Amino acid sequence: MLKATDLRLTFNPGTPIETQALRGMTLEIPTGQFVTVIGSNGAGKSTFLNAVSGEQRVDSGTIEIDGIDMTRQPVWARARHVARVFQDPLAGTCEDLTIEENMALAKMRGERRGFSFAVKPALREEFRAQLATLGLGLENRLSDRIGLLSGGQRQAVSLLMAALQPSRLLLLDEHTAALDPRTAAFVLELTVRIVAEHKLTTMMVTHSMRQALDVGQRTVMLHQGRVVLDVSGKEREGLDVHHLLDMFEKVRGEKIDDDALLLG
Amino acid sequence: MRLARAGRGGRSLAGARVVFPPTVFPMSLYTLLGALEIGLIFSLVALGVYISFRLLRFPDLTVDGSFPLGGAVAATMIAAGHDPFTSTLVATLAGAVAGLITGWLNVRLKIMDLLASILMMIALYSINLRIMGKPNVPLITEPTVFNLLQPETLADYVFRPLLLVFVVLAVKLMLDAYFSTQSGLAIRATGSNARMARAQGVNTGLAVLAGMALSNALVGLAGALFAQTQGGADISMGVGTIVIGLAAVIVGESLLPSRKLYLATIAVIVGAIVYRFFIALALNSDFIGLQAQDLNLVTAVLVTVALVVPKLRAHWSGKKGA
Ligand SMILES: Nc1ncnc2c1ncn2[C@@H]1O[C@H](COP(=O)(O)OP(=O)(O)OP(=O)(O)O)[C@@H](O)[C@H]1O
Ligand SMILES: [Mg+2]
Repeated sequence: MLKATDLRLTFNPGTPIETQALRGMTLEIPTGQFVTVIGSNGAGKSTFLNAVSGEQRVDSGTIEIDGIDMTRQPVWARARHVARVFQDPLAGTCEDLTIEENMALAKMRGERRGFSFAVKPALREEFRAQLATLGLGLENRLSDRIGLLSGGQRQAVSLLMAALQPSRLLLLDEHTAALDPRTAAFVLELTVRIVAEHKLTTMMVTHSMRQALDVGQRTVMLHQGRVVLDVSGKEREGLDVHHLLDMFEKVRGEKIDDDALLLG
Repeated sequence: MRLARAGRGGRSLAGARVVFPPTVFPMSLYTLLGALEIGLIFSLVALGVYISFRLLRFPDLTVDGSFPLGGAVAATMIAAGHDPFTSTLVATLAGAVAGLITGWLNVRLKIMDLLASILMMIALYSINLRIMGKPNVPLITEPTVFNLLQPETLADYVFRPLLLVFVVLAVKLMLDAYFSTQSGLAIRATGSNARMARAQGVNTGLAVLAGMALSNALVGLAGALFAQTQGGADISMGVGTIVIGLAAVIVGESLLPSRKLYLATIAVIVGAIVYRFFIALALNSDFIGLQAQDLNLVTAVLVTVALVVPKLRAHWSGKKGA
């Protein structure tokens, strides 16, 4: 369970480029829930995810995961509980390491790393089996550098890596945005499958209203650093993209003519 | 300036056989083995530089201070009557501490990596003088790890490179093994993609400290061995060490390009030896007319060429392709 309370964060305070990225952001996600997050550019979605993962320290407010206060913990200490897939397919893997080395790194996420060999035969078989489920032929390329893979392939491996080790929270920040439509659909499908399989508590940022309504059990909209819309259950089932856009307009109090929001 | 004549029989003073084998144009076997000896010692430096510059992507100039630090500690301890093996070990640890401090300046005090290493490098100049108490500590009749282990039947100029081959190979195999452990992998991940490493729970600050300590420990070891083969330690013995180390890495990478770690470490060692042979060749060919004091200039030119050639090649082939 994630409990973020009254998070505030201002970039470059006291300067002309001061930006209040989070302004009283409060959100509670019960264990096992899959939440999609939408909002216009600059709404604070990435900042919120970064605050939860520890990459951004908040000015005030608290972040709890399963009752443990994480607010002041560094990224690497939170990694025990939080798994992530980045928007940039290159960001989530180490291009200089092989596929199996990347997976070995993720297999030990949040654990003490000792002096035993990172890739042992038993692990290699586990990785091979996992990769085979992708149907991309990667199970035969375990010792290839991951830098040789395409963005979509790397993103798919990143997702597998996120699920190699149990976590209390999975953070996905537009993780299909950099992929071509077919690969994006594949990675999204894989996401849904993995989340269901491991019953992961998940927060997924997306710019596609369609996607936001199609996957997960709940949708929240951020605007100016706080939650302005929060729908789930029956109310959400009755929604379609147009309803969502109407609400989007209403909360913003301004007309949206950004077609990009309709795409997808 | 005995130290500058590296590779030309610095130990002949110690009373060893001064029998010169037949000349192999343009170098005698004696010179060849001397070059191999120095090349092997500098391959330890090169491995250290490979760890900092390539694996951690930390441009570390501490090396120019940790190399003479190793020499200073070893020579001073041996001259004071300590066992050469203990002295070499302490010199190695001293190198590790130097690397640790550079890492700490960067990780904790947030000083830019290059600057942190320069600060440590100049600090070490004073520290090395303090350790030695004078600009140089000669080792003429004192025992060294080399003459303690040397069998009766082998000449010293043959035995030294032979022993060094074993030391360097052992170090290489240990590094290969370590960097495929969980902890070693964390260091490589930190250098390759620190954000990802943190997201996987790697304490990247600690990884930098560990990598820097390991890197400079190897350099300290090299300095200790250098002092014991060249008849002592000198305050100026570190000048240009980093450039020589980098040269070795670059030469090795262009001779044997590979991303596989066990091949990369071989390449770096070969690079150090090949580089040293070129230097010996240049210094021993009268028609080129170079002298020992030109060494740093030659190295700088060589590294520049090695850095520019791949770019030019890419440029040319890019033009052809277009
Ligand atoms: N490191 C930073 N330094 C300064 N300002 C920042 C920084 N990161 C984000 N911001 C600002 O904070 C605000 C929120 O940015 P954020 O990236 O969280 O938006 P977002 O909702 O993820 O937008 P997008 O849909 O474009 O990804 C923006 O105004 C942005 O310019
Ligand atoms: Mg964003």
